[in-house]
Amino acid sequence: MDELKEVMITNDEIRTDEYLINMGPQHPSTHGVLRLLVQLEGEIVHNVQPHIGYIHSGIEKMAESLSYPQLGHLTDRMDYLSAIQNTEAVALCVENALQVEVPERVKYIRTIMAELSRLASHQLWWCVMGMDMGALTTFFYGLRDREDILDIFEETCGARLTLNYNIPGGVMFDIHPNFQRDVKAFIQKFKTKLPEYERLLSGNVIFTERTKGVAYLTKEDAIAWGVTGPTARASGFACDLRKHRPYSAYDKVQFKEILSDVGDTYTRYQVRMAEMWESISIIEQLIDNIPEGDHAVKMKGVVKLPEGEFYQRVETARGEFGVFIVSDGKKNPYRVKFRSPGFSNLFAINHIAKGWKIADLVAIMSTFDLVIPDIDR
Amino acid sequence: MTNEALIAAITGIEAEANTLAGPQFVETTVPLAGFHAFMKKIKEDPALSFDYLICVTGVDRAETLQMVYHLESTTHKHLLVVKVHTADRTTPVVPSVADLWPTSEFHEREAYDLLGISFSNHPDLRRMFLDDNWGYPLRKDYKDDIHIVSR
Amino acid sequence: MAFNIYDFTTFTKSIHDGLSSQLSPTAVLAIEWTIVGLAYLLFVALFGLFLVYAERKVCAAFQQRLGPMRVGPWGLLQTIADFIKLLMKELITPKNADKFLYNLAPFIVIIVSFLVISVIPFAPGLVTFDFDIGIFFVTAVSSVGVIGILLAGWSSNNKYSLIGAMRSGAQIVSYELSVGLSLITMIILAGTMQISGIVEGQRDLWFIFKGHVPAVIAFFVFVIAGTAETNRGPFDLAEAESELTAGFHTEYSGIKFAFFFLAEYINLFIVAAMATTVFLGGWMPLHFGDFEGFNQIMDLIPGLFWFFFKVLAVMFLMMWFKWTFPRLRVDQILNLEWKYLLPINLFNILLMAAVVLFGLHF
Repeated sequence: MDELKEVMITNDEIRTDEYLINMGPQHPSTHGVLRLLVQLEGEIVHNVQPHIGYIHSGIEKMAESLSYPQLGHLTDRMDYLSAIQNTEAVALCVENALQVEVPERVKYIRTIMAELSRLASHQLWWCVMGMDMGALTTFFYGLRDREDILDIFEETCGARLTLNYNIPGGVMFDIHPNFQRDVKAFIQKFKTKLPEYERLLSGNVIFTERTKGVAYLTKEDAIAWGVTGPTARASGFACDLRKHRPYSAYDKVQFKEILSDVGDTYTRYQVRMAEMWESISIIEQLIDNIPEGDHAVKMKGVVKLPEGEFYQRVETARGEFGVFIVSDGKKNPYRVKFRSPGFSNLFAINHIAKGWKIADLVAIMSTFDLVIPDIDR
Repeated sequence: MTNEALIAAITGIEAEANTLAGPQFVETTVPLAGFHAFMKKIKEDPALSFDYLICVTGVDRAETLQMVYHLESTTHKHLLVVKVHTADRTTPVVPSVADLWPTSEFHEREAYDLLGISFSNHPDLRRMFLDDNWGYPLRKDYKDDIHIVSR
Repeated sequence: MAFNIYDFTTFTKSIHDGLSSQLSPTAVLAIEWTIVGLAYLLFVALFGLFLVYAERKVCAAFQQRLGPMRVGPWGLLQTIADFIKLLMKELITPKNADKFLYNLAPFIVIIVSFLVISVIPFAPGLVTFDFDIGIFFVTAVSSVGVIGILLAGWSSNNKYSLIGAMRSGAQIVSYELSVGLSLITMIILAGTMQISGIVEGQRDLWFIFKGHVPAVIAFFVFVIAGTAETNRGPFDLAEAESELTAGFHTEYSGIKFAFFFLAEYINLFIVAAMATTVFLGGWMPLHFGDFEGFNQIMDLIPGLFWFFFKVLAVMFLMMWFKWTFPRLRVDQILNLEWKYLLPINLFNILLMAAVVLFGLHF
C-alpha cells in the first residue's frame, strides 16, 4: 500500500507547469514592436497579455501644439497603411466644425483614394498573413500588386506611404492627368490577380485546415470588446461606417457590407478577401464619374475651430477610426483623441486565443491585422 | 429613438443629468456619485441598450478632469456622449465601467497613464505606455524640459 | 556492359593497388581513409553551397524575383561570400547555457549527416560502405540526428529553442516510422537490404515502375515523411520562423549555426538520394524492357549524371512544396502521420507483399 502511495505521489509531481514566453518586442510575427506575454502549457496558450508602448510617440500630446492642417502629418504616421482614411477623418472633423461644404469632386477623389488605400492595406495584410502561416511566397505576390497602387499614389500625391493628401477643405493637389487611366489599368490587372490569391492560399488544404473552426469570436464579444472592421464583420457585427453612417461619396455608390456569422479565423480571412472585390466595385463606379470642379475650397490662412467638441468616425482598413477634437477656439486643439481601431481590436486577442496553440495565436494576430504605431500612437 | 425621446429617457434614469442635444450627438453630464449605476442602466435598458462603447477620452478641464464616453447602440443605432467630472485634480477617481464594457478596461488604462485618472474597481490598473515614475503628459500643467520645447 | 567505361571500380582499385605495392596495409588504410574523408568533406561543402544557391534561385523563381545576382556572375559566389561571413562571425554562447552540450549538438547533427552519405552509391563503384544491411543503417543512423536537435534546444536555455526542439523530437520520431515502413515496402520488392543490390535490381526497370501502385504510394509517403524528417517546409515546425523566431537554433551563431544550416541541406540531399536509390534506380540509366536501341542510348549517359539528375529532380520537388505550402500545426503534423500515413503504409506493405507473392509486378 505504501509503495502504491509513493507511486501516486510521484505521479502527482510529474506534471507540466505553465511557463511564460515573451513574443516580442523583437519577433517576426508581431509586425512591429508589440510584446505579447504568453502563458503557455506546452503548446497551448492559456493567457495572452499584450504590452504596448514600445513605439508610443505621444501623438495626442504633440497634436495639442500643432495647427489643424498639421494634424494630418501625425495621423499619417499612426496607421501608415490607412494614411488616407486617417487624414480624411481629421479633414471631415474640421470641415464639420467649420460648417464647410467641400466640392463634389473632392468627395469623389477622397472616396477613390480611400478605397485604393484599403486595397493596398488588404494586399499587405494578405501577404503577411500567408507569411505568418509559413507560405512565404504570398509575400511577394501581394507586394507586387501593392506596388501599382503606390505608384498611383506617388503620381498624384507625391508620396507613397505617408501621403497627407486629405487636408481640411479638400485635397492637397488635384489628381494627376493620368490618374483615371492608371487606376482603370490597375483595376483591370488586379481583377485577374485576385483569383490568383485565392488559388495560392485560400484553397490550400493546409491553410483551410489551420484556419477553419479556429478561434471563434462571437458577435456579442466583438461588440463588448469594441472590435470593429473586417474582424468584427466576420462575427456578424454590422459596423461598416461606410454603409451605416456614410461620409464623402459612399452614399452615391452601391456596395455590399460583407457580413458573416461564423467568426473564426477563416471567416476573418474571407471577409477581407471579399472586401477587396467590393473596393474594386466602388472604385469602378466612381472613377469615370469624377465631377469637374475645384480640388479644395479656399480656407483661411489660420484655421480656428469654434469652441466645442467634435467627433468624426471613418472606416479604415482595420475598423473604426475616430477623431475627437476638443477646441477652445484657438488655432491649435485643446485636446485631441484618436480612437484607433487596432487599440480596441488588440485586447480582444486574449479573449479568443485561450485554449488554442501558438501557431493559432500567430494566425489570429494576422487576421486582426495589427499595425503597431496605430495602437501605440 | 429621436433626440427628444433619448433626452427624456436619460432624464428619467438620472434626474440630475444635464442633457442637451449637441450638433452631432446627445450629450449628457452625469454626477460622479450615480455614474456607474447610470451607465449600467443605459446599457441594460432594452429601449436604450448602449452596448457598444466606441471611445473613452480623458480631458483636462482646469479645475477637474473629465471623462468622455462615446456610446452607440448596435440595435437602435443611436449615439450618446456621457461626460463625468472628477471631484478634484489631486485625487481624481472615477468608477470603472470595465465590468459593463470589457473594452473600457484598456481605454481606462490609457487615461490613467496619460492623465492620471484612477478608476475604482478596475481589474488591472497599470501604466500602459510610459514608465511608472513618469508624469501625466496630457495634463495641461505637465512640464518636460527635455522632450518638449515650449515656444 | 556498355556502362563499364563509367565504372569507378577500376579507378578506385588502381589507387588501392598502387598504394598497396608501396606501403604496409595499415598505412594504405590510413591514407585511403584520409582521402575518402577529405573527398566527402569537399563534396559536402561544395554541394551544400550549391544547394543553398539552388534553393535561393528556385525560391526566387517561384516568387517572381531574380534571387542573388550581385556577387559573381548570376550571384554564383553569393553563398561562398555568405559562408565566409558565417565563418568570421562571433560565436556567442548564452550565459546560462549548458556549455558542453551546447557545443556538442551541432557536431552530432553534422556527423550523422556525414555517416548516412557514406552508404549512398553515387555511381558504379563510387561508394564507401556497402553493407548487406545498408537500408537498415540509413534509418538507424539518421534517427540519431534528432538527439543533436534535442540537445541544441535543451542546452540553449531558451524557451523558443526548447519548444522547437520538442516539436522536432515528436515530429522526427513519428516520421521515422513512415520512412522506415516505406523503405520496407521496397525491400520486399527488392528482396535485399544491401544498397548495391537494390540498385542492381533496377537494371531492367526502376522500382517505382516495377512495383507500380504500391511503389508509387511508397514513393509519395517517403517524400512526405522525408521532408518532415529534414524539418523543411511545410513541416518546418522546429524552426517555424513566424512562431518561434528560429526554433532550436535560435541561440547559435557563426559556424555552429552554419553546421545546422549545412546539415539541413545535407539531409535534404540524403532524402533525395535515398528516394533516387530505392525508387528511381540510383545511378541506373532509364531502361525499358525490350527497347534495345533506347536502352543503349540511355547507357551512353554516365551513371554519375543519372544519379545527380534524379537527385536534383526530387530536390526540386521538395523545394517546390516548401515554397508554396503554408506550415502545418503541431497537432496536424502528428495526425497526418499517425492517422493517415501510418495506416496507408501498413496497408501498402500488405499490398506490396501480395504483389510480390503473386508476381504481379513488371
